[in-house]
Amino acid sequence: MAEKVLMKGNEALAEAAIQVGCRHFFGYPITPQTEISAYLAKRMPKVGGVFLQAESEVAASNMVYGAAGAGARVMTSSSSPGISLKAEALSYIAGADLPCVVVNIMRAGPGLGGIQPAQGDYFQATKGHGHGDYQIIVLAPSSVQEIIDHTGLAFDLADEYRMPVMLLGDGMLGQMMEPVEFEQKDMAALPEKPWATTGTQGKRKHNVINSLYIQPDQLEKIVLARKEKYDRITEKEVRHEEYRCEDAEYIITGYGSTARIAKNAVDELRDKGLKVGLIRPITLWPFPAGAYEKYADKVKAFLTVEMSTGQMIEDVRLAVNGKAPVHFFGRTGGFVPYPDEIEAAMEKIAGGVQ
Amino acid sequence: MEQVFGKPHALCDVNLHYCPGCGHGIIHRLVAEAIDDLGIEGKTIGVAPVGCAVFAYDYFECDMQEAAHGRAPAVATGIKRVHPENVVFTYQGDGDLAAIGTAETVHACARGENITVIFINNCIYGMTGGQMAPTTLIGQVTQTTPYGRDVHANGNPIRMSEMLATMDGAAYIERVSMDCVKNILTAKKAIKKAFQTQLEGKGFSMVEVLSTCPTNWGLSPIEATQWLRDNMIPHYPLGVFCDK
Repeated sequence: MAEKVLMKGNEALAEAAIQVGCRHFFGYPITPQTEISAYLAKRMPKVGGVFLQAESEVAASNMVYGAAGAGARVMTSSSSPGISLKAEALSYIAGADLPCVVVNIMRAGPGLGGIQPAQGDYFQATKGHGHGDYQIIVLAPSSVQEIIDHTGLAFDLADEYRMPVMLLGDGMLGQMMEPVEFEQKDMAALPEKPWATTGTQGKRKHNVINSLYIQPDQLEKIVLARKEKYDRITEKEVRHEEYRCEDAEYIITGYGSTARIAKNAVDELRDKGLKVGLIRPITLWPFPAGAYEKYADKVKAFLTVEMSTGQMIEDVRLAVNGKAPVHFFGRTGGFVPYPDEIEAAMEKIAGGVQ
Repeated sequence: MEQVFGKPHALCDVNLHYCPGCGHGIIHRLVAEAIDDLGIEGKTIGVAPVGCAVFAYDYFECDMQEAAHGRAPAVATGIKRVHPENVVFTYQGDGDLAAIGTAETVHACARGENITVIFINNCIYGMTGGQMAPTTLIGQVTQTTPYGRDVHANGNPIRMSEMLATMDGAAYIERVSMDCVKNILTAKKAIKKAFQTQLEGKGFSMVEVLSTCPTNWGLSPIEATQWLRDNMIPHYPLGVFCDK
């Protein structure tokens, strides 16, 4: 059993990346994720790694493209406005089938918005960022320990499927401290990357990292092959947590830090006699639609809770497919919802505590 | 019989897509010859731009990465930081390097990033059909300066070599030209020296190559060469701007 240490979410994420073999980080300062850069600026030189503060998020993410193409376990991190700029390279990284990890510690938007926690980038993370027909895997941790576990998972999934994986947290998760432990990883098991640009050494044909296919038949073939990969991921890599759902009449759903607050609300409502459960998506893409389908015929209603005006609720509604009403409660602008606000929203839907 | 001239090994045996009279073909050959001369093909990684040379990844035998428009120096930085022992070069046009990628170019130079940049300046955006470039000369007619580039409306052309040579991170910067055999031979020496600069770990090296675009200039290849000599060289003087 590893020793428990008290760590801030952002620093835990940075340390976890180092522990799973990430030796290249390209960043640009932005609140509230700057501790990731600060931590790695200190640690990377000690482990023979590279920390580089780029001239912009655009440059940082294109450095990630270069390093990923060259075969490195590479990461970049930012917060909402910075992710918009990193989106350019994300499209190219996805189009060239390169693995990398991108962290978004969300803050309130749009525009400069604010620096307090928010979840307004759900659409961007799961359906948006760069141009073109592609997806990235999105993991949504809800505790500092889970940030650590998901960091390892993110690199493994990125390597396995040769695609970008995003860790989607928020300012609250990034800034809060919790006791955590680091599991020892076997770094000998890192996959070979025979496709990477390492220099031919005169021993093989040249490797080309590219997303340009000028012939439609060639490009369509590649995009469709990638779609098959996405289908495989949708089948194999969906992750979610269910809490007290078995006999639930109502299900609250949320992700990340909102979900852990909602969990408190579930317990409080249960104490008051209302049969409430929680579905917490862990992968936002692929979305755990099956979890909602399972309960859609059994519950009276769903309540989606987000730090936005309602984004994930669209995926929840698609999954529920009209079989039960899907309600919404959200705070935005940098406010984190209180458990009693969620309880009140739930009680209103249930028509008061029975 | 002794063979005295042939296709350089580092250049792929494929048909290049460039227009008749375009300088890219010659410059590709010079880069490949420099790679051959130094025996570095197996350890070289190139970065192709967006622009007419976008397919350069299919023209060099070394490992290649295609970059987004203007981002080649950032991509090269990522590669070089993973493989510091390899030789990493970018091949970029004027729009790519001096407009959309200005920040990436300037900061790669400021960091003294140990990479080599081959910068093709032909005063125009070629691939998109002849729009104004950051290096388009005053008075020059392009699709987006149909009455000639006007300094008040369109600003001034940028002299990248002079600008970058003022920076501490620059190790070797030279401007050369494709207008005659003598200058082409000088260009080859410059490209080789740029790679050598990188091999010696001295920092950022760039060769700016003045080149022609007969198609978008609306001139014959011979007229284009003369236009380069008469108009470009006076504004973009040839020579070494930095050699540390």
